[in-house]
Amino acid sequence: MFEGWDAVVLARAQFAFTMSFHIVFPAFSIGLASYLAVLEALWLATKREVYINLFNYWLKIFAVAFGMGVVSGIVMSYQFGTNWSSFADKTGPVIGPMMAYEVLTAFFLEAGFLGVMLFGLERVGPRLHFVATLMVAIGTLISAFWILSANSWMQTPAGHAVNADGQFVAADWLKVIFNPSFPYRLVHMVLAAYLTTSLVVGGVGAWHLLRDQHLAGPRVMFSMAMWMATLVAPIQILAGDQHGLNTLEHQPAKVMAMEGHFQSHPNGAPLVLFGWPDMADAKVKYAIEVPKLSSLILKHSLDAPLAGLDTVPRENWPPVPITFWSFRIMVGLGFLILGLGLFSLLMRWRGLMYQSPLLHRFAVLMGPAGFIAVLAGWITTETGRQPFTVYGLLRTTDSVSPLAAPAVGSSLIAFIIVYFAVFTAGVIYILRLMAQPPHPGEQGPTKDLPARAAGITPAAGAVVEGAR
Amino acid sequence: MIDLATIWAFIIAFAVFVYVVMDGFDLGLGILFPLFPQKADRDVIMNTVAPVWDGNETWLVLGGGGMMAAFPLAYAVLMPALYTPMIAMLLGLVFRGVAFEFRWRTQKARNKWDLAFAGGSLVATLAQGIALGAILQGIHVEGRHYAGGWWDWLTAFSVLTGIALVIGYALLGATWLVMKTEGELRERAYHLSWILLVAMLCAIGAVSIATPFLAVQYTQRWFAWPNIILTAPVPIAVAAVTALLLRALGNKNDHQPFFLVLALFALSYAGLGISMYPYIVPQSITIWQAAAPANSQIFMLFGVSILVPLILGYTAWAYWVFRGKVRPGHGYH
Repeated sequence: MFEGWDAVVLARAQFAFTMSFHIVFPAFSIGLASYLAVLEALWLATKREVYINLFNYWLKIFAVAFGMGVVSGIVMSYQFGTNWSSFADKTGPVIGPMMAYEVLTAFFLEAGFLGVMLFGLERVGPRLHFVATLMVAIGTLISAFWILSANSWMQTPAGHAVNADGQFVAADWLKVIFNPSFPYRLVHMVLAAYLTTSLVVGGVGAWHLLRDQHLAGPRVMFSMAMWMATLVAPIQILAGDQHGLNTLEHQPAKVMAMEGHFQSHPNGAPLVLFGWPDMADAKVKYAIEVPKLSSLILKHSLDAPLAGLDTVPRENWPPVPITFWSFRIMVGLGFLILGLGLFSLLMRWRGLMYQSPLLHRFAVLMGPAGFIAVLAGWITTETGRQPFTVYGLLRTTDSVSPLAAPAVGSSLIAFIIVYFAVFTAGVIYILRLMAQPPHPGEQGPTKDLPARAAGITPAAGAVVEGAR
Repeated sequence: MIDLATIWAFIIAFAVFVYVVMDGFDLGLGILFPLFPQKADRDVIMNTVAPVWDGNETWLVLGGGGMMAAFPLAYAVLMPALYTPMIAMLLGLVFRGVAFEFRWRTQKARNKWDLAFAGGSLVATLAQGIALGAILQGIHVEGRHYAGGWWDWLTAFSVLTGIALVIGYALLGATWLVMKTEGELRERAYHLSWILLVAMLCAIGAVSIATPFLAVQYTQRWFAWPNIILTAPVPIAVAAVTALLLRALGNKNDHQPFFLVLALFALSYAGLGISMYPYIVPQSITIWQAAAPANSQIFMLFGVSILVPLILGYTAWAYWVFRGKVRPGHGYH
């Protein structure tokens, strides 16, 4: 099996597959950790029971999602070595320290305080417990800082030199860390994580409001989530625009692929809304275009010239159809999220926030939209920088391990089977938790962990089972 | 004498050892799971470690990530050489990691996740032990790449180290249960500790006898004059710790067995270090050849010297918060 396959393609497929599964969980847990910190702060400040109920409700979901994020993340940190050892050897002196700092400043912080956050409220008291929640939330953000810095350096390398062994080495760490695309990518991704979480929280709230408009918990979470979507969606569109301009400056070929600009346009480039990019013919078939709009967006002038892929050597072209379409999916969802936010604002203003089944159905439908947008965005940026791993400097084909296709193919199949089995189960458990509305006296994920007056203790569980 | 590469070799060795200390008993509990078929016992076993397992596994990420950062060449050679054991370990860790949460979220499939916890722990441990053996027996390197085959890691010796690690982690798990539980569960863990201790001593003996036959370097390292003055204390200390361990088990002491088994691990680990130093890939790449440029190592050294003590501090705090014995329905006390 896999004899005659291209090991590089298989290794890329493996990275894409494991990464796509992984990114979903951090995108959710970055936002959810911050949301939990806000809920606990509100509870401490107001002592309103609804906040601690919501906190415990989402904490259980957080525990399951975080666990899946951890195990799928360990896989990522070893894959650089197993499948991409040449990349690891050459970029290790630059990327390695950034990832080591991520482990030291973020992973340990999250993992160290997670246990107290999940199980420790009654052991350490509310104040210290809040510190633990805060540490976990801060940890997720620090983690985003380092990993996006590392990724951005691969997209827009800066501050480095090359040594005699052909390794990249840092000449100036500040320039490496704060490389040109990093600030844009960081803002764009953290906002994406917040939006993703707000859509999930809003969707779950709306789901329960569709059944009963008077539930206190779903009302509060729905309102909070819709504020988040209303306020952050426009900021995110602005941030995305700025990120795009930055990409135009540093990775023009990626923008050409996103826009479907095979030809250069000396007198204003059209915005291709839809169409099928054909790389062999070097044109977008069945294109629906708006004349000169692309130049207006990217250059702020209708007649500004824009170069196309005809200025880029063919062997340096990214895969245009994937980049082109994933970009449209992300942008389309972004505007739908903006629409949801504005619609909720209108309903809120008219006092129909909790009484509009149309709004609630829309919100339920948009529940998973953030995940799809995040995935589409990452696919855009990662395929758009091909065929390089370190943009312009190290080609993907020169980054792999001395691989044999059968080994990579077999491990890819193993990952696919295991991930679908394990993470499908996890998602079902999360959906099952979400299907129940938060109720008064909601318990955290203390599960059978004892030391509580009420809740499911093993003894109580045994009694219940015995009674059946 | 003391240079950056040596310092970093000790840091990575430290991270890996902390991983073994923290995740060893954790994986050991999974290996022992099939021997405790009752749900109530399994709940308690799981709860002794649920609040800390995540932090325990983070040391593995530090070991891997730190090696890529400080010794990128070694990382780039070792990972392809250990391809299959590494993938198996990662998949094993996926199964056991999610089981911590999943088994509480289902009635019907609980047994399935218990099996995932046990099987995942066993596979991950076996893979780690095999990887260790595969490194010790030497790896075929050409230029800056691994040049061996896909099954080079599988030999009688690496299977021996794999089994030895399973026994060792199981012993750590059993003595952990002696410390953290009580009643009938503790009694059974206590009996298991005896059996596993005997098995572990046999395993240490077998690996110690087999290792010097692998390569000339190891034999000279251990037995040539004057090295023997420095190496002889290791087996002597193993004998001393074993004597203390037998006494502690005889007295049915709560805490001592666990920490004495850790001491056994530390001594075995020191033995490994003596065998390997200064190679990071035995017989082919030294720590100086594999070292990242000085400015990478210095940059990280700042972080490590400040952050690792901090991490050890709040990790210790988390263990302290969840100290004491775990009882079904009664909680920590």
